[in-house]
Amino acid sequence: MSVAPAEVERPETEEKAVPDSPWVTIVWNDPVNLMSYVTYVFQTVFGYAKPKAEKLMLDVHHKGKAVVSSGAREAMERDAETLHGYGLWATISHDS
Amino acid sequence: MAGFRATSGGATARFAAVQATIIRDLVGQMVELIGDDGEADPGASDPAAAAAAEPSAPGAAQDGPVDPDELAAMIGLSDNEKLPDDPVLARLLPDAYSDDPEAAGEFRRYTEQGLRSAKASAARTVLATLPPGGGRIRLSEPEAQAWLRALNDVRLALGVRLEVTDDFDERADEIPPDDPRSPYVAVYQWLAFLQESLVRALS
Repeated sequence: MSVAPAEVERPETEEKAVPDSPWVTIVWNDPVNLMSYVTYVFQTVFGYAKPKAEKLMLDVHHKGKAVVSSGAREAMERDAETLHGYGLWATISHDS
Repeated sequence: MAGFRATSGGATARFAAVQATIIRDLVGQMVELIGDDGEADPGASDPAAAAAAEPSAPGAAQDGPVDPDELAAMIGLSDNEKLPDDPVLARLLPDAYSDDPEAAGEFRRYTEQGLRSAKASAARTVLATLPPGGGRIRLSEPEAQAWLRALNDVRLALGVRLEVTDDFDERADEIPPDDPRSPYVAVYQWLAFLQESLVRALS
Protein backbone atom coordinates (compact mmCIF):
# COMPACT_ATOMS: atom_id res chain seq x y z
CA MET A 1 0.00 0.00 0.00
CA SER A 2 1.40 3.33 -1.05
CA VAL A 3 2.38 5.80 1.59
CA ALA A 4 4.21 8.21 -0.68
CA PRO A 5 3.27 11.85 -0.27
CA ALA A 6 0.41 13.03 -2.42
CA GLU A 7 1.94 15.30 -4.96
CA VAL A 8 -0.69 16.78 -7.14
CA GLU A 9 0.57 17.46 -10.57
CA ARG A 10 -1.96 18.09 -13.25
CA PRO A 11 -0.29 16.27 -16.10
CA GLU A 12 -1.23 18.47 -19.05
CA THR A 13 0.01 21.74 -17.60
CA GLU A 14 3.75 21.36 -17.89
CA GLU A 15 4.24 24.60 -19.81
CA LYS A 16 2.23 26.54 -17.26
CA ALA A 17 4.75 27.42 -14.60
CA VAL A 18 3.56 26.37 -11.18
CA PRO A 19 2.98 29.55 -9.17
CA ASP A 20 5.56 29.86 -6.41
CA SER A 21 2.99 29.54 -3.68
CA PRO A 22 -0.21 28.02 -5.00
CA TRP A 23 -3.38 27.42 -3.09
CA VAL A 24 -4.31 23.86 -2.30
CA THR A 25 -7.45 21.92 -1.48
CA ILE A 26 -6.98 19.42 1.33
CA VAL A 27 -9.30 16.52 2.10
CA TRP A 28 -9.27 15.31 5.71
CA ASN A 29 -9.87 11.81 6.95
CA ASP A 30 -13.15 11.04 8.63
CA PRO A 31 -14.35 7.71 9.94
CA VAL A 32 -17.67 7.67 8.09
CA ASN A 33 -16.96 8.15 4.39
CA LEU A 34 -16.43 4.86 2.57
CA MET A 35 -13.09 4.33 0.89
CA SER A 36 -14.82 3.34 -2.34
CA TYR A 37 -16.97 6.46 -2.20
CA VAL A 38 -14.02 8.81 -1.62
CA THR A 39 -12.20 7.24 -4.58
CA TYR A 40 -15.33 7.61 -6.70
CA VAL A 41 -15.66 11.28 -5.74
CA PHE A 42 -12.03 12.03 -6.67
CA GLN A 43 -12.58 10.38 -10.04
CA THR A 44 -15.87 12.18 -10.65
CA VAL A 45 -14.91 15.65 -9.42
CA PHE A 46 -11.34 15.87 -10.72
CA GLY A 47 -11.46 13.35 -13.55
CA TYR A 48 -8.50 11.53 -11.99
CA ALA A 49 -7.80 8.01 -13.20
CA LYS A 50 -8.71 5.31 -10.71
CA PRO A 51 -5.11 4.56 -9.56
CA LYS A 52 -4.48 8.22 -8.77
CA ALA A 53 -7.86 8.61 -7.06
CA GLU A 54 -7.18 5.49 -4.99
CA LYS A 55 -3.73 6.68 -4.00
CA LEU A 56 -5.13 10.01 -2.82
CA MET A 57 -7.89 8.21 -0.91
CA LEU A 58 -5.30 5.99 0.81
CA ASP A 59 -3.22 9.06 1.69
CA VAL A 60 -6.29 10.61 3.30
CA HIS A 61 -7.02 7.38 5.12
CA HIS A 62 -3.51 6.64 6.39
CA LYS A 63 -2.05 10.11 6.88
CA GLY A 64 -5.17 11.92 7.92
CA LYS A 65 -5.23 14.26 4.94
CA ALA A 66 -4.11 14.74 1.36
CA VAL A 67 -3.73 17.60 -1.07
CA VAL A 68 -6.19 16.78 -3.82
CA SER A 69 -5.83 19.83 -6.06
CA SER A 70 -3.76 22.97 -6.34
CA GLY A 71 -3.97 26.21 -8.26
CA ALA A 72 -5.67 29.58 -8.07
CA ARG A 73 -7.59 30.41 -4.93
CA GLU A 74 -10.92 30.75 -6.75
CA ALA A 75 -10.50 27.32 -8.33
CA MET A 76 -9.70 25.81 -4.93
CA GLU A 77 -12.80 27.39 -3.45
CA ARG A 78 -14.86 25.81 -6.20
CA ASP A 79 -13.23 22.44 -5.52
CA ALA A 80 -13.91 22.70 -1.79
CA GLU A 81 -17.52 23.69 -2.42
CA THR A 82 -17.99 20.72 -4.75
CA LEU A 83 -16.38 18.33 -2.27
CA HIS A 84 -18.61 19.64 0.54
CA GLY A 85 -21.54 18.83 -1.74
CA TYR A 86 -20.33 15.21 -1.71
CA GLY A 87 -19.92 15.26 2.06
CA LEU A 88 -16.12 15.20 2.04
CA TRP A 89 -14.35 17.31 4.63
CA ALA A 90 -12.28 19.72 2.51
CA THR A 91 -10.38 22.88 3.38
CA ILE A 92 -8.33 25.39 1.43
CA SER A 93 -4.98 26.74 2.41
CA HIS A 94 -2.10 28.70 1.04
CA ASP A 95 0.76 26.36 0.43
CA SER A 96 3.53 28.70 1.51
CA MET B 1 -31.60 -7.38 0.22
CA ALA B 2 -29.00 -7.46 -2.51
CA GLY B 3 -28.27 -3.77 -2.70
CA PHE B 4 -28.01 -1.80 -5.91
CA ARG B 5 -26.86 -3.13 -9.22
CA ALA B 6 -26.06 -1.35 -12.44
CA THR B 7 -28.53 -0.94 -15.27
CA SER B 8 -27.84 0.48 -18.72
CA GLY B 9 -29.07 3.90 -17.64
CA GLY B 10 -28.35 3.98 -13.90
CA ALA B 11 -29.04 1.62 -11.03
CA THR B 12 -31.78 -0.54 -9.58
CA ALA B 13 -32.61 -2.07 -6.20
CA ARG B 14 -35.52 -3.65 -4.42
CA PHE B 15 -36.64 -2.41 -1.01
CA ALA B 16 -38.92 -4.01 1.54
CA ALA B 17 -41.56 -1.68 2.96
CA VAL B 18 -39.76 -1.42 6.29
CA GLN B 19 -36.51 -0.53 4.54
CA ALA B 20 -38.25 2.16 2.52
CA THR B 21 -39.77 3.53 5.71
CA ILE B 22 -36.39 3.76 7.42
CA ILE B 23 -34.72 5.51 4.49
CA ARG B 24 -37.62 7.90 3.91
CA ASP B 25 -37.71 8.76 7.60
CA LEU B 26 -33.98 9.51 7.83
CA VAL B 27 -33.84 11.38 4.54
CA GLY B 28 -36.95 13.35 5.52
CA GLN B 29 -35.22 14.35 8.73
CA MET B 30 -32.26 15.46 6.63
CA VAL B 31 -34.47 17.77 4.58
CA GLU B 32 -35.80 19.31 7.78
CA LEU B 33 -32.38 19.65 9.36
CA ILE B 34 -30.74 21.15 6.32
CA GLY B 35 -33.72 23.48 5.92
CA ASP B 36 -32.98 25.37 2.72
CA ASP B 37 -35.57 28.05 3.15
CA GLY B 38 -35.23 28.94 -0.50
CA GLU B 39 -37.49 27.23 -2.99
CA ALA B 40 -38.25 24.62 -0.37
CA ASP B 41 -41.63 23.02 -0.45
CA PRO B 42 -42.09 22.22 3.22
CA GLY B 43 -44.68 19.57 2.40
CA ALA B 44 -42.45 17.60 0.06
CA SER B 45 -41.38 15.14 2.70
CA ASP B 46 -44.49 15.07 4.80
CA PRO B 47 -47.81 16.09 3.24
CA ALA B 48 -49.65 15.51 6.51
CA ALA B 49 -47.48 18.00 8.37
CA ALA B 50 -47.91 20.60 5.64
CA ALA B 51 -51.68 20.15 5.65
CA ALA B 52 -51.73 20.51 9.41
CA ALA B 53 -49.54 23.59 9.31
CA GLU B 54 -51.51 25.56 6.76
CA PRO B 55 -54.69 26.41 8.67
CA SER B 56 -52.64 27.58 11.65
CA ALA B 57 -50.95 30.26 9.57
CA PRO B 58 -53.79 32.57 8.60
CA GLY B 59 -52.93 35.36 6.21
CA ALA B 60 -49.19 34.84 6.43
CA ALA B 61 -47.34 37.98 5.42
CA GLN B 62 -47.30 37.44 1.69
CA ASP B 63 -48.00 40.83 0.16
CA GLY B 64 -45.47 43.09 1.86
CA PRO B 65 -42.50 44.58 0.00
CA VAL B 66 -39.74 42.26 -1.10
CA ASP B 67 -38.21 40.58 1.90
CA PRO B 68 -34.45 41.28 1.90
CA ASP B 69 -33.83 37.81 3.28
CA GLU B 70 -35.72 36.32 0.37
CA LEU B 71 -33.74 38.43 -2.04
CA ALA B 72 -30.48 37.30 -0.48
CA ALA B 73 -31.67 33.72 -0.66
CA MET B 74 -32.53 34.17 -4.34
CA ILE B 75 -28.99 35.15 -5.19
CA GLY B 76 -27.59 32.48 -2.93
CA LEU B 77 -26.29 34.64 -0.09
CA SER B 78 -26.80 33.81 3.54
CA ASP B 79 -26.18 35.70 6.76
CA ASN B 80 -24.33 32.77 8.20
CA GLU B 81 -20.65 33.26 8.72
CA LYS B 82 -20.16 30.86 11.60
CA LEU B 83 -19.83 27.13 11.79
CA PRO B 84 -23.24 25.77 12.90
CA ASP B 85 -23.52 24.85 16.59
CA ASP B 86 -25.25 21.57 15.83
CA PRO B 87 -22.42 19.05 15.34
CA VAL B 88 -24.32 17.32 12.53
CA LEU B 89 -24.78 20.56 10.62
CA ALA B 90 -21.17 21.48 11.35
CA ARG B 91 -20.11 18.23 9.67
CA LEU B 92 -22.44 18.68 6.69
CA LEU B 93 -21.53 22.35 6.23
CA PRO B 94 -17.88 22.50 7.31
CA ASP B 95 -15.56 25.49 7.35
CA ALA B 96 -13.47 25.75 4.20
CA TYR B 97 -10.59 27.52 5.96
CA SER B 98 -9.38 25.91 9.14
CA ASP B 99 -6.96 28.67 10.11
CA ASP B 100 -8.67 31.82 8.84
CA PRO B 101 -12.07 32.52 10.42
CA GLU B 102 -12.61 35.60 8.28
CA ALA B 103 -12.08 33.75 5.02
CA ALA B 104 -14.18 30.85 6.34
CA GLY B 105 -17.03 33.26 7.11
CA GLU B 106 -16.83 34.90 3.71
CA PHE B 107 -16.82 31.51 1.97
CA ARG B 108 -19.81 30.42 4.01
CA ARG B 109 -21.76 33.56 3.13
CA TYR B 110 -21.40 32.80 -0.55
CA THR B 111 -21.75 29.02 -0.55
CA GLU B 112 -23.81 27.78 2.39
CA GLN B 113 -27.18 28.55 0.86
CA GLY B 114 -26.32 26.70 -2.34
CA LEU B 115 -24.87 23.78 -0.42
CA ARG B 116 -27.99 23.46 1.71
CA SER B 117 -30.20 23.60 -1.38
CA ALA B 118 -28.14 20.96 -3.17
CA LYS B 119 -28.27 18.62 -0.19
CA ALA B 120 -32.00 19.14 0.30
CA SER B 121 -32.56 18.58 -3.41
CA ALA B 122 -30.64 15.28 -3.35
CA ALA B 123 -32.68 14.20 -0.33
CA ARG B 124 -35.92 15.10 -2.13
CA THR B 125 -34.85 12.99 -5.10
CA VAL B 126 -34.68 10.00 -2.74
CA LEU B 127 -38.15 10.76 -1.39
CA ALA B 128 -39.52 11.17 -4.91
CA THR B 129 -38.07 7.90 -6.23
CA LEU B 130 -38.62 5.60 -3.24
CA PRO B 131 -42.30 4.75 -2.69
CA PRO B 132 -43.32 4.42 0.98
CA GLY B 133 -44.27 0.81 0.34
CA GLY B 134 -40.91 -0.07 -1.17
CA GLY B 135 -40.62 -2.34 -4.20
CA ARG B 136 -38.18 -2.31 -7.10
CA ILE B 137 -36.92 1.14 -8.02
CA ARG B 138 -35.05 2.10 -11.16
CA LEU B 139 -32.88 5.18 -11.02
CA SER B 140 -31.46 7.24 -13.86
CA GLU B 141 -27.81 8.11 -13.45
CA PRO B 142 -28.50 11.63 -12.10
CA GLU B 143 -31.02 10.17 -9.64
CA ALA B 144 -28.51 7.53 -8.58
CA GLN B 145 -25.89 10.26 -8.02
CA ALA B 146 -28.37 12.15 -5.85
CA TRP B 147 -29.04 8.96 -3.88
CA LEU B 148 -25.33 8.49 -3.36
CA ARG B 149 -24.91 11.98 -1.90
CA ALA B 150 -28.08 11.78 0.20
CA LEU B 151 -27.16 8.35 1.62
CA ASN B 152 -23.74 9.74 2.47
CA ASP B 153 -25.25 12.78 4.21
CA VAL B 154 -27.53 10.54 6.27
CA ARG B 155 -24.56 8.34 7.21
CA LEU B 156 -22.53 11.42 8.17
CA ALA B 157 -25.38 12.57 10.39
CA LEU B 158 -25.76 9.14 12.02
CA GLY B 159 -21.98 8.95 12.34
CA VAL B 160 -21.90 12.15 14.38
CA ARG B 161 -24.78 11.02 16.59
CA LEU B 162 -23.27 7.58 17.12
CA GLU B 163 -19.82 9.09 17.65
CA VAL B 164 -18.36 6.86 15.00
CA THR B 165 -14.58 6.53 15.07
CA ASP B 166 -12.15 4.58 12.90
CA ASP B 167 -12.49 1.48 15.09
CA PHE B 168 -16.28 1.74 15.15
CA ASP B 169 -16.90 -1.65 13.55
CA GLU B 170 -15.12 -3.37 16.44
CA ARG B 171 -16.79 -1.20 19.06
CA ALA B 172 -20.23 -1.60 17.48
CA ASP B 173 -20.31 -5.25 18.50
CA GLU B 174 -19.94 -4.21 22.12
CA ILE B 175 -23.03 -2.00 22.15
CA PRO B 176 -25.66 -4.02 24.06
CA PRO B 177 -28.98 -4.68 22.33
CA ASP B 178 -30.89 -2.62 24.91
CA ASP B 179 -28.71 0.47 24.27
CA PRO B 180 -30.82 3.20 22.61
CA ARG B 181 -28.12 3.50 19.93
CA SER B 182 -28.31 -0.17 19.04
CA PRO B 183 -30.98 -0.01 16.30
CA TYR B 184 -29.19 2.93 14.71
CA VAL B 185 -25.94 0.99 14.59
CA ALA B 186 -27.64 -1.65 12.48
CA VAL B 187 -29.17 1.01 10.24
CA TYR B 188 -25.83 2.79 9.91
CA GLN B 189 -24.12 -0.41 8.83
CA TRP B 190 -26.89 -1.33 6.46
CA LEU B 191 -26.73 2.11 4.81
CA ALA B 192 -22.97 1.65 4.38
CA PHE B 193 -23.63 -1.62 2.57
CA LEU B 194 -26.29 0.05 0.44
CA GLN B 195 -24.06 2.99 -0.44
CA GLU B 196 -21.16 0.67 -1.24
CA SER B 197 -23.36 -1.26 -3.67
CA LEU B 198 -24.44 2.00 -5.32
CA VAL B 199 -20.84 3.19 -5.72
CA ARG B 200 -20.06 -0.12 -7.39
CA ALA B 201 -23.10 0.13 -9.65
CA LEU B 202 -22.01 3.60 -10.79
CA SER B 203 -18.29 2.85 -11.18
